[in-house]
Amino acid sequence: MPLESMQSNLFSDALEDAYRVHIEEFEGPLDLLLHLIKKNELDIYNIPIAAITRQYLEYMELLKELNLDIAGEFLVMAATLLQIKSRMLLPATNDEEDAEVEDPRAELVRRLLEYQRYRDASYLLSSRYLLGRDVFARKFDSPEFADLVQKEEPVDVELFELIEAFRRVLARVSIDTFHDVVADGISIADRISEVLSILHVTRTVSFESLFCGRMTRDLVVVTFLSILELCKLKLIRITQVESLGAIWLTSSSPEGDGLEDHGPEDHGPD
Amino acid sequence: MPGKSLKSIVESLIFVHDQPLSLDRLALILEEHERAEIRQALEELVEEYSAASRGIILAQVAGGYQLRSRPEHADYIRRLTKSKGVKFSQSALETLAIIAYRQPVTRAEVEYLRGVDSGGVLKTLLEKKLLRILGKKDVPGKPLIYGTSREFLELFSLKDIGSLPTLKEIHELAPPDPFADQPELPLDSVEPEDMLR
Repeated sequence: MPLESMQSNLFSDALEDAYRVHIEEFEGPLDLLLHLIKKNELDIYNIPIAAITRQYLEYMELLKELNLDIAGEFLVMAATLLQIKSRMLLPATNDEEDAEVEDPRAELVRRLLEYQRYRDASYLLSSRYLLGRDVFARKFDSPEFADLVQKEEPVDVELFELIEAFRRVLARVSIDTFHDVVADGISIADRISEVLSILHVTRTVSFESLFCGRMTRDLVVVTFLSILELCKLKLIRITQVESLGAIWLTSSSPEGDGLEDHGPEDHGPD
Repeated sequence: MPGKSLKSIVESLIFVHDQPLSLDRLALILEEHERAEIRQALEELVEEYSAASRGIILAQVAGGYQLRSRPEHADYIRRLTKSKGVKFSQSALETLAIIAYRQPVTRAEVEYLRGVDSGGVLKTLLEKKLLRILGKKDVPGKPLIYGTSREFLELFSLKDIGSLPTLKEIHELAPPDPFADQPELPLDSVEPEDMLR
């Protein structure tokens, strides 16, 4: 393999403006390696490991110059290549039978071939007749169905949004307490049964409404912990109809389809 | 002529239903008819639709039958719907391919095969309902096991998961077949100096 031509044309098209786009085509280190092998017309079963390692590292260098974050996987592969390279420099020990000494590259070759198979399979998938791209089926928006889907389906709330809502509640509670009364602290267990009994009656309750009335900071915290605990116990579902909208707690006991029947529409948006 | 009318009844049913309609479902609805008769009617319909150069085909997807537009007309339909159609990133396609062929499969196995973190892609594909969680693997950490969904079959116009071309077939189209050659890597014949140059 003429090394010079290999190096000179490896990135010849790469230094143009479109380089960044080019980079993102690589799905990972295996993809990059396959690209290098194909580009240099190398035999995958007999990879010149030193050359390929150099090119791989050149590529990483370019990424660094372009200030792109190098994903950890690329670094792992670089280390693997260097390890294979150094193992190949060691003279083969003749103690064992020759057949049992595996080429240091074998594992890498196996992974590359395996990856290549699935990459080919993925091309094949995308060349099929895709519904909505190549073939189309009729969609049904008959009037009686339209009513049913008018309301957006509640989506499960991200934990972050729950905490954000909690922060808002906490901000509302005044913090200027002048003297500490011995807390007749309500336990989380008590608060859980309170919330459950509310849910037993209404099935759905808004997150904010659990923090209405006279709330001490303690009670706010206990309530929030109760909600998390109930959620963990899978006794309630926490949903949100629209992004940044009100958060709803629904009893997840099986009787009736609570969400559809007594769902957010009963309470109206916040 | 019961055969003839059955065929047109089946056609009506498929026309009205908004998802692929399975033979099982048809047999339940058409209880007065033999299952074999219904199957016969379906086969004839598929044949007739493909023979007549009409704009509609009767496709066998996701274990059922669905009327779909002829793929050659996709351009015109896109003008009508103004949709760009589905488009997949390479990472999404790779992940789907691996899961389609290797299911049931865990995230760690997908990531080993792809060589990159695949958590984000898996999440997106789950949200699009192309994947489903089949359960948890009984190993430490109890990782989730993934498989493809009915929606996946519908989207990629597959009758069932078995009708995917085998990986071997794919490789008969694309060189070289890795596993036929695998045990005898021609590595020994190469001088180390050559490799390292």
